[in-house]
Amino acid sequence: MNKLSLIGLLSLVIRRDLVLAMRRRADVLTTLIFFVIVVSLFPLGVGPEMDMLRKMAPGVVWVAALLASMLSLGRMFSADYLDGTLEQMMLVPQSLSILVLAKILAHWMVSGLPLVIMAPVLGLQFDMSAQALWVLIAALLLGTPILSMIGAVGAALTLGLRGGGALVSLLVLPLCIPVLVFGAGAVEAVVSGTSVSSHLSLLGALLVIALVFTPWVTALALRISME
Amino acid sequence: MLEISNLACSRGDHLLFSDLNFSLSAGDLLQVQGANGSGKTSLLRTLCGFMMPATGEIRWRGQNVRELGDAFYAEMIYLGHLNAIKDELNALENLRISAGLAGCRVDDRQVIAALRRMGLRGRETLPVKVLSQGQRRRVALARLLLSNAPLWILDEPLTALDVGAVGLMQELIGEHLVNNGMVIYTTHQPLEVVGIATRWLALS
Repeated sequence: MNKLSLIGLLSLVIRRDLVLAMRRRADVLTTLIFFVIVVSLFPLGVGPEMDMLRKMAPGVVWVAALLASMLSLGRMFSADYLDGTLEQMMLVPQSLSILVLAKILAHWMVSGLPLVIMAPVLGLQFDMSAQALWVLIAALLLGTPILSMIGAVGAALTLGLRGGGALVSLLVLPLCIPVLVFGAGAVEAVVSGTSVSSHLSLLGALLVIALVFTPWVTALALRISME
Repeated sequence: MLEISNLACSRGDHLLFSDLNFSLSAGDLLQVQGANGSGKTSLLRTLCGFMMPATGEIRWRGQNVRELGDAFYAEMIYLGHLNAIKDELNALENLRISAGLAGCRVDDRQVIAALRRMGLRGRETLPVKVLSQGQRRRVALARLLLSNAPLWILDEPLTALDVGAVGLMQELIGEHLVNNGMVIYTTHQPLEVVGIATRWLALS
């Protein structure tokens, strides 16, 4: 019986989604530009009070990352759903969870990773110290995949619904609060001189839990949406 | 090989059909007939496992398909109303990916041969979005050539196809049946395979 290995399936789906994203670059850029603009509006709006800006920097960057990731969630499954590819994916003789995990990873590489790379540049606008910037990168690197994973569950649940875009935000945003708290908390901790590791470990733990459960839950939600 | 017993299917509160019994063995061609809304697509989607049957059982090689899971999916190919091809990719990339997902190892030569057989010579590397509706359907149908699954489930395979392509489709189905394949399909167009007696299943 011909069957693709798990790694083979993962890499095939990731490569497919990356090629598709590269052919639709506008979608990728909207998320990134949205993030850049939202973060940049704060220094302009608040004015050049360095103390204030330094204090709000982690929160602003994290909230902007959260909103930017909401922006791209609608695309995670809807294109595949509309052209029938999702149907075919359910008929793949492999676990649907693995396929979903591959799609989540590809989605993160396209919409989460650029934010992580861009964040230190934006942090400079808030006069963040080098140390704080490193922690910000580490926290985003751990946190943005969680946003993609929780988002995938919401995207799968609202698949094919009219007005799903707004609904998915209502579903997903409250669930992302722990990520926001610990992510922004890590940066605040380094600024105030307390231990960073507890925040980052909690983020890491959330990442592991999400990695185990969300692909499976998303696969179940997709099966329900297909009926 | 494929046995359906006492199958009933409902959409919401509406019962589409019930007490459906049939079986399909190697070399069988089964056409599902019925008016619009009689549940043809629902039957095929139930066979694929997208929908849960209200009652009844679907067995493949004597085992319930729900328990078989992946082993059943490895032996069937489904072609629905939607072509399941990506507009941004070209025909070659589309087929390479869908064959890869199905677990078939194919090289570019086989894919190109399949596309040429479907009458798409010279269109292999054009983005699918510039192809016509019928040509896209041909790309989707080329998947059948690259798969070695014995069970084909085809939902309206002939939509948007011209006379030549319908003839080609009849030829493909004929070849598949000669190789001990099984085909279950719905269509509103006449489809006759030379040398094979089509069985009918009427839904009402």
